[in-house]
Amino acid sequence: MSAATFFNPTRQTRVLPGFGLSLGYTLVYLSLMVLIPLSAVFLKASTLSWAEFWDIVSAPRVVATYQLSFGASLLAAAINAVFGLALAWALVRYTFPGKKIIDALVDLPFALPTAVAGIALTALYAGNGWLGSVLEPLGFKVAFTPTGVLVALVFIGVPFVVRTVQPILEDLETELEEAAASLGAQRWTIFRRVILPILTPALLTGFALAFARAVGEYGSVIFIAGNIPMVSEITPLIIITKLEQYDYVGATAIAVVMLVFSFVMLLAINLLQAWSARRTGRNR
Amino acid sequence: MAAAGVLHGRVDARRFETNAATRESPWVRRAILAVALGFFALFLLLPLVAVFAEALRKGWGTYVVALTDPDALAAVRLTLLVAAISVPLNLVFGVAAAWSIAKFEFRGKHVLTTLIDLPFSVSPVIAGLIFVLLFGAHGWFGAWLIENDIKIIFAVPGIVLATVFITVPFVARELIPLMEAQGREEEEAATVLGANGWQTFWRVTLPNIKWGLLYGVILCNARAMGEFGAVSVVSGHIRGMTNTMPLHVEILYNEYNFAAAFAVASLLALLALVTLCLKSFIEWKAGQAAKDTE
Repeated sequence: MSAATFFNPTRQTRVLPGFGLSLGYTLVYLSLMVLIPLSAVFLKASTLSWAEFWDIVSAPRVVATYQLSFGASLLAAAINAVFGLALAWALVRYTFPGKKIIDALVDLPFALPTAVAGIALTALYAGNGWLGSVLEPLGFKVAFTPTGVLVALVFIGVPFVVRTVQPILEDLETELEEAAASLGAQRWTIFRRVILPILTPALLTGFALAFARAVGEYGSVIFIAGNIPMVSEITPLIIITKLEQYDYVGATAIAVVMLVFSFVMLLAINLLQAWSARRTGRNR
Repeated sequence: MAAAGVLHGRVDARRFETNAATRESPWVRRAILAVALGFFALFLLLPLVAVFAEALRKGWGTYVVALTDPDALAAVRLTLLVAAISVPLNLVFGVAAAWSIAKFEFRGKHVLTTLIDLPFSVSPVIAGLIFVLLFGAHGWFGAWLIENDIKIIFAVPGIVLATVFITVPFVARELIPLMEAQGREEEEAATVLGANGWQTFWRVTLPNIKWGLLYGVILCNARAMGEFGAVSVVSGHIRGMTNTMPLHVEILYNEYNFAAAFAVASLLALLALVTLCLKSFIEWKAGQAAKDTE
């Protein structure tokens, strides 16, 4: 949409039909399927007094799950930012055999059901697995430890950074680097001073998307985590544990904490994407 | 959350490799490739290979027995049923939402777009929890549902509801940017020439958005068939009754029946591979179409 059509006041007249029907259907469906069900969490939580709510969400076992879920998710997103950038760079700038297949497989964590990923990673890193049988004699235990949680969260975060950085790298004008090189800049300086500043918003967006997804992730983590309270228990799992004990109020209170976090991340990601669009001139 | 770059044609890397200003020295290039491909192999390729290796570890006989088990077949049927209900619902929603957002100006449009994306940011476990709070035995409608002998939680309707919730954004988020980029001139021309709304949609809009639509549908389908967390909360894990394929994998795995668990998992991995193939095919097709119009 160009600025001219956006500000054109004659846009008020609607030529196309179906506005009322399509918007009405959208709003009703979204309310019934998403908004009203989600509000149930907040209504249920509102039956708690502030002190009761605080007692539930600050219990030591629950706080331990936040530390693991948020800590491992941050670390996983950081690992993905570094290696995702390398992978996106290789896919855009280099030719190598099997590139098309690798490019397609980057989206595997979106397409592979999380339970399948979970048992596959566990089989790999368990003591008798392909990787576990090598790592455990060296003293690195991965499966059924917090490190296992990290491995699963890295897996599910791979596509986010690659797919946000890749299009920006592809659209990068070679003239910028040519100009910098003709002025005598070294390759590393060009990367640091010319390319990285253009990529930063996309890189941060990918990081934030991977982080937000990792905090809520359940299926790929529970098989490899071992789920030991205070050690390798993630926040989504403690919601399930409370539900299985018919502690609906407790489960809901922790869900509120996670939802508030999700909304903050959603806002942050929107702002980052707007920044990215401005920085690179891409109209999204 | 599906990332940007959707239906985006790939650029030829030789453009960078033949230009002295945009290429790295050979050993830097080798190091970056080693890091990138090593990461790919360790985190993506190896788990995928492990699924098939574990599934066939005890031979084809065990594999076939695991897949023809009545409970496994019931899980396959339920998974197909759930996808057959939730994908069309979210397809119609996606088209309606994209039509209103991309073809018209109204206040609160940005907020609406963000709200459509909301299920992507909610943990699957919470997606299951909300329906337990609404329809569970102690939920808002619990007493009324028990009185009228309607089962939603620990039954198929709950599984469908949780799956629909999780997959709401898939079609809409592919179509909105695509239809916004296409503008409304073609539809306006059709309307001015006397076509009614449905004619305009079927003959002008649909041919323009068919690849984006298909793209959204296959991603929506993959998630609907593979959803685990949300479905696990509302299902109750009743064998042969409320077990979808991912839940069946979990049950078999927790019973230490690894060969059978990986056999069912390999079917889901095949589904993922088919999804990725179709996705690449659509990207290629859409790229061709974009080139033709240039």
